[in-house]
Amino acid sequence: MAEPTRRDALKAGAVGAGALALGSCAKPAMAGTLDGADWRRGHMIRDGKFPAPNGAEPRVGILIAGGGVAGLAAAWRMKAAGFDDFVVLELEDRVGGNARSGRNPVSAYPLGAHYLPVPNKEAVALRRMLQEFGMIVGEEGGAPIFDPYQLCADLEERLLWRGGWQEGLYPASGLSREDEIQRDRFTQAMAQLRNAVGADGRPAFAIPRVYSSADPAYTALDKVSFAAWLDDHGYSSPVLRAYLRYCCRDDYGTEPDDVSAWAGLHYFAARRGWAARGDGDRELTWPEGNGRLVSLLLEQTADHVRPAHSVFAIAQQGDEAVVDSFDHKAGSSTRWHASCVIVAMPHFVAARVAPAHTGKGRFRYAPWVVANVTVNRHPKGRGVGLAWDNVSTGSDSLGYVVATHQSASGGDGPTVLTWYLPLSKASPPEARKLMMTRTLAAWQRIIEDDLLTMNPDLAGAIDRIDVWRWGHAMISPTPGFLTDPVRTAAIEARPPVLFAHSDLSGLSLFEEAHYRGVVAAETALAHLGHSFESLI
Amino acid sequence: MGDPVRGDEDGAEPGAPASLAVILLVSVLVVATCGLIYELLAGTLASYLLGDSVTQFSTVIGSYLFAMGIGSYLSRHVRHNEIGVFVRVEILIAALGGWSAAGLFLLFPIVEDFRVALYALVLAIGILVGLEIPLLIRILRHRFAFRDLVSNVLTYDYIGALIASLLFPLVLVPWLGMIRTGFVFGLANVGVAVALLLALRGRQSVGRDLAAALIVLASLIAGLLAADRIQRWSEVAFYAEPVVYARSTPYQRIVITRRGEDLRLYLNGNLQFSTRDEYRYHEALVWPVLGRIANPKQVLILGGGDGLAAREVLRDPRVSKVTLVDLDPEMTHLFRDVPQLAQLNRHSLSSPRMQVINGDAFRWVREASGPYDAILIDFPDPTEFSLGKLYTESFYREVARLLAPAGVMTVQSTSPLIAPRSYWTVASTLEAAGLSARGYHAYVPSFGEWGFTMAAHAPPGDTVILPAGLRFLTQASERAMFDFPPDMARRPTPVNRLDNQALVRSFAEEWGHYDG
Repeated sequence: MAEPTRRDALKAGAVGAGALALGSCAKPAMAGTLDGADWRRGHMIRDGKFPAPNGAEPRVGILIAGGGVAGLAAAWRMKAAGFDDFVVLELEDRVGGNARSGRNPVSAYPLGAHYLPVPNKEAVALRRMLQEFGMIVGEEGGAPIFDPYQLCADLEERLLWRGGWQEGLYPASGLSREDEIQRDRFTQAMAQLRNAVGADGRPAFAIPRVYSSADPAYTALDKVSFAAWLDDHGYSSPVLRAYLRYCCRDDYGTEPDDVSAWAGLHYFAARRGWAARGDGDRELTWPEGNGRLVSLLLEQTADHVRPAHSVFAIAQQGDEAVVDSFDHKAGSSTRWHASCVIVAMPHFVAARVAPAHTGKGRFRYAPWVVANVTVNRHPKGRGVGLAWDNVSTGSDSLGYVVATHQSASGGDGPTVLTWYLPLSKASPPEARKLMMTRTLAAWQRIIEDDLLTMNPDLAGAIDRIDVWRWGHAMISPTPGFLTDPVRTAAIEARPPVLFAHSDLSGLSLFEEAHYRGVVAAETALAHLGHSFESLI
Repeated sequence: MGDPVRGDEDGAEPGAPASLAVILLVSVLVVATCGLIYELLAGTLASYLLGDSVTQFSTVIGSYLFAMGIGSYLSRHVRHNEIGVFVRVEILIAALGGWSAAGLFLLFPIVEDFRVALYALVLAIGILVGLEIPLLIRILRHRFAFRDLVSNVLTYDYIGALIASLLFPLVLVPWLGMIRTGFVFGLANVGVAVALLLALRGRQSVGRDLAAALIVLASLIAGLLAADRIQRWSEVAFYAEPVVYARSTPYQRIVITRRGEDLRLYLNGNLQFSTRDEYRYHEALVWPVLGRIANPKQVLILGGGDGLAAREVLRDPRVSKVTLVDLDPEMTHLFRDVPQLAQLNRHSLSSPRMQVINGDAFRWVREASGPYDAILIDFPDPTEFSLGKLYTESFYREVARLLAPAGVMTVQSTSPLIAPRSYWTVASTLEAAGLSARGYHAYVPSFGEWGFTMAAHAPPGDTVILPAGLRFLTQASERAMFDFPPDMARRPTPVNRLDNQALVRSFAEEWGHYDG
């Protein structure tokens, strides 16, 4: 395939010369939008500027406050149990939280979370959902068979390292002897931890997190930072540390200094995906990312969901919960009476809405920018061909995933690249400020520069860049988070006010949100005396 | 434009230095040679890049001569400073003519319509060259009697033409190549301009013209030195045969070449067929399948946008409908609408029995419903992960669903000689998808030993009925295709799945090894 390379070089040369000749002309503005979680509605809650509720005060069995993955999972669980007396109130115009997605004529694409690893054996409720959604298509030797069309197709990952693309995300060439020794030592240590069992007979690390061992040998890891743990264990190889930093930022949007060793190791030691045909280490993914799961959850529960409704106050009155919400379309507030409320909001919002029931605690959030870049031809590059996930060792971004990776087979046509950047270097408030003040054009320039550095072959191929900002994209599992009394109390809350969010796990994972939603739903159903068979 | 009230008042009047007249007469010879060289370059390039040399040469020469006529006509509007205008014309011709060959080579792969660029250049150079002789005659009119002047100028003009027409095929093209030839003659044009400017230096201000001439001179020398690189950059140098069509679609690069009767199609640089032997490939793809089916009414072709497999299928009167799914609308339009290409597939793509669907077969098979009595899969080789998806167990499961209970299908499966592991991976994968598979192979000179894999719900038998009039297959040679000597014999291979892409990996390894 020497010929296209030469032709591309030729084209790039011609374009370059043209750009030079036109140097003095202003470049036309790049098409795109600047959007994000609706912070105006969020700030209304912070500032408490809502009209007092008036009119009828509706009564409902269970009220779910928040239509992210935890809230929708709770709703799904109630439907599955044949329970219909519930309502989901969501602040945004669209449900899904950070698993939301977008779509343009080229492809659907994620706005945030974009894959779900094959679940561990302990994730019973999640597996039930995947079965219902046709993602598990059978059984072989007792283990589930996943739909091959929804498992991430090969090539899954490639890394730009030393001027060329290689398979996998760990640099495979140019390593010193010491780099190799430490890499192998780390790999072995993680393999051991993956199979380690605590004194209580539970796995050291599990997903959902709640199934992890409470053995202090492991929970003590929550006290130190991941970076300190690596130092203590003699992991100094710059290549290894750069890779581990990538992993921390990828999963938590946070630097290794700010992540607990427990969370840092959880990333490597908790996945024991259970599947037939050796598919246990694979991921499910879709063009729209986890937006697929959201729309399937919504399909079953849409009648109960009210978007553009901010829940701004929750209190307990006797045995019931009183919930005040504001309808952004009607501009009026309503007071609800519920036998039970499930607070399925990010915890920093929950702390403002239900101050009598929880506090601020040590919840810290990583801001992210996600850009969807529509290109009129596929990226290429020296070395191995385009993968689903494409990462550069030379970039501070996490690279890009290809939206059409699963759905198309042919050619070099247009596609959408979803580009991820956790703003992990500055403190979260500073980063949020920067994120909100930077203009669309400035973001587009940064993103275009980053992409063209990775893929100079995309020169002239970028049609539009749509930028999405998440001020509070993910919970950061900072050292000490596990023992935060606010977190523990929220987990142990009893009806009529329950909490359900992946924030409570300290891990921004679909599995955690789903688990929290299901647990809260089952607790609420039991409280109401509705009979069901537990999935926990 | 000049001031209309000023008459022609200057020119090389008697007071001008004698050296000027000599330079001017020599320049007649030079500009005549250069003018013809540019014309020959454009004609040769056009026939090389667009094919059909008779048409290209006569239209290029015709346009060029006509443009010269325009130039001669326009010369009447030059009312003063004829020598200054002549110098500028020379500088412009040097730039345009000198870069013409290199420019056309470089433009060819990137412009939408190459003909527009070609004829614009031919017209521009022709107009400028057409200005030269009338201006020279007027400049020299005071030096010679009119009778001698016309005789001298036209004599040198025709001698120059003879020199050019002999040099071009005998020396320039074989020794310098077209790109360097352009630059060398551009240097001659700008040399005339520089010599005249130096001779005129005392009489009028020449600074600006001299600077322009020197810039052009420098660019031509740079071009000359970089000629090899330009040649390498130019796509057409990649193909051994003259390129007659090249176009980038959103999906691929389509290039068609032609040498004599041999027309070839390349997609992304990979040969798809040569008209010398494509009948061998397409007979082997189609007839072992149709010959094993009692009544093939519905036929599905996946890939094969060139319509050649469809041509074979449509020869069978039992076939009532052919559905062809090809990704690239440009391909199917090309092979349906361009007469020369539609002739190759005997207008199969516009047959009333044909339905062409432009779409991604990977998506299409999941939504389509059968049954099809015969399915012919003719995709490009699995050179990339994206193409590898079209050879997976998941894909074949969908195809199997579309195949009638007594239907037969076949898959072009790369070379069993060069890539035996890849070749047999296709059979293993078809079997994993629940089908019975049987390999066969044929010798196609352009490709070498080529493999196919037949599959059906029950093991395909030996009995085959072939139509009359095939050029390659007979009962005996058909039977022989199923025999594999030890160097191509079946070996154990993995199943190609979406999540392992075993085929793309082994294909790269085996062909990489073969290519060295």
